[in-house]
Amino acid sequence: MTVHYTEEHEWIQIEGDTATVGITDFAQGQLGDIVFVELPDAGRQVTKGGEAAVVESVKAASDVYAPVTGEVTEANQALSDDPSLVNSDPEGAGWFFRLRLSNPSELNGLMDAEAYKAFCENQ
Amino acid sequence: MSDATGSLLPLDAWHRARGARMVPFAGYAMPIQYEGIIAEHRWTRESAGLFDVSHMGQIILRGAEAEAGLETLLPADLSILKDGRLRYSLLLTDDAGIIDDLMVTRRGDHFYMVVNGATKEGDIAHLQERLPRTVTLDYMKEQALLALQGPKAAATLARLASGVDALGFMTGGAFEIGGVTAWISRSGYTGEDGFEISVPADRVVEIADLIADQPEVKPIGLGARDSLRLEAGLPLYGHDLDTGTTPVEADLGFAISKRRRSEGGFAGWHRIAAELENGPIRRRVGLTVEGRQPVREGAMVVDDEGNEVGKVTSGGFSPMLEAPIAMAYVPAASAEPGSAIRLAQRGKIFEAKVAPMPFVPHKYHRKGAGQ
Repeated sequence: MTVHYTEEHEWIQIEGDTATVGITDFAQGQLGDIVFVELPDAGRQVTKGGEAAVVESVKAASDVYAPVTGEVTEANQALSDDPSLVNSDPEGAGWFFRLRLSNPSELNGLMDAEAYKAFCENQ
Repeated sequence: MSDATGSLLPLDAWHRARGARMVPFAGYAMPIQYEGIIAEHRWTRESAGLFDVSHMGQIILRGAEAEAGLETLLPADLSILKDGRLRYSLLLTDDAGIIDDLMVTRRGDHFYMVVNGATKEGDIAHLQERLPRTVTLDYMKEQALLALQGPKAAATLARLASGVDALGFMTGGAFEIGGVTAWISRSGYTGEDGFEISVPADRVVEIADLIADQPEVKPIGLGARDSLRLEAGLPLYGHDLDTGTTPVEADLGFAISKRRRSEGGFAGWHRIAAELENGPIRRRVGLTVEGRQPVREGAMVVDDEGNEVGKVTSGGFSPMLEAPIAMAYVPAASAEPGSAIRLAQRGKIFEAKVAPMPFVPHKYHRKGAGQ
């Protein structure tokens, strides 16, 4: 089980050809209180860098881009009832969606935990 | 002094030391939040929140012609404004556009006015151009302004400034606090009972410390200030009000005093009289939005065919109602509470209903009738 990170502050956890995607603790801290998350439906194709979800804090709406290309297999329904899970457990119960990877080589350009930590310190 | 986020206010270091996230607002670096907008919002509704509003313009207008001069620019009846009383009013263009909204207080031989931070320079230029030359205008750059708002504000502040709890809503006076003479009024912009406290900028750090050290008090940022005023149904200049909106459209008819309605004699009166007589073509209303997703400023009000017929001017998530709420200008025919309103944002349609404002009841400290 490997976790990758993007410069857009998403994490991607890989198990076989399935990726679970969410936003990082750093990202939720920047956004503040999250009150709504719009997630992609299962079956939707998302493209690396394309819009995949919308996260709304009290102050503003922010797009979440797909970190890799693939077909969405599941969205986290728990976020409809309790969007604040993204604040309280961003890299666990606050995951956004799962997808089946179309092109695993896209993972190569992403950061590991250590590189991401260094990246955040320079933000 | 300034940094990337704007000019520095007297409490800049004070905010940063308390963990505030600073953002640019009205040309200043200002605290958007400390611990979080929802927590700060609820704290203000349940206890007492301390706001730094030192970016706002504090102005003194003095002279024998000040009252008559101001009455040519504002729709307020200043002749019945008693000493130590304040009133919400509007600076108007000749065609009834709103240049700014403000508070004006009669203070002995002069008027004290508090105007918005982003508009103060323009307001001052307008006042200097339009008031008689015998009226002197003093922009009190050396004064800071704090607000303490919430159900515990009165008991808390009375411990520090003896006698403030005797003030009624929209009255003010001079009080001693922490060895400083402050002008304190029972007013604010959250819908809660509370006070606004004008103190010399070179003493504001100690006064802010004194107030924030009280167990009922936490510092509150601009984020919660915005969500609190939205729940209270209070318009924000530059968003819900501008020179393209009139007081009647903005549903601020209460700011046009009875005598002024019949006598006129102020900027924009002809248009205002016509709109009072015939009704405006559009009106500012409150909206409750279906679902949980907030609809923001800039979203369109659309008709059944999808044509734009109005605009959302403020929108967000109400921490008290735990639902999205908004203010919008809608056609007058759709402005009655309960009217169904359709909104479009980022290609998505939202269903909303006109709701009476305030969304959350006001808790002002009114002493009897007529205040």
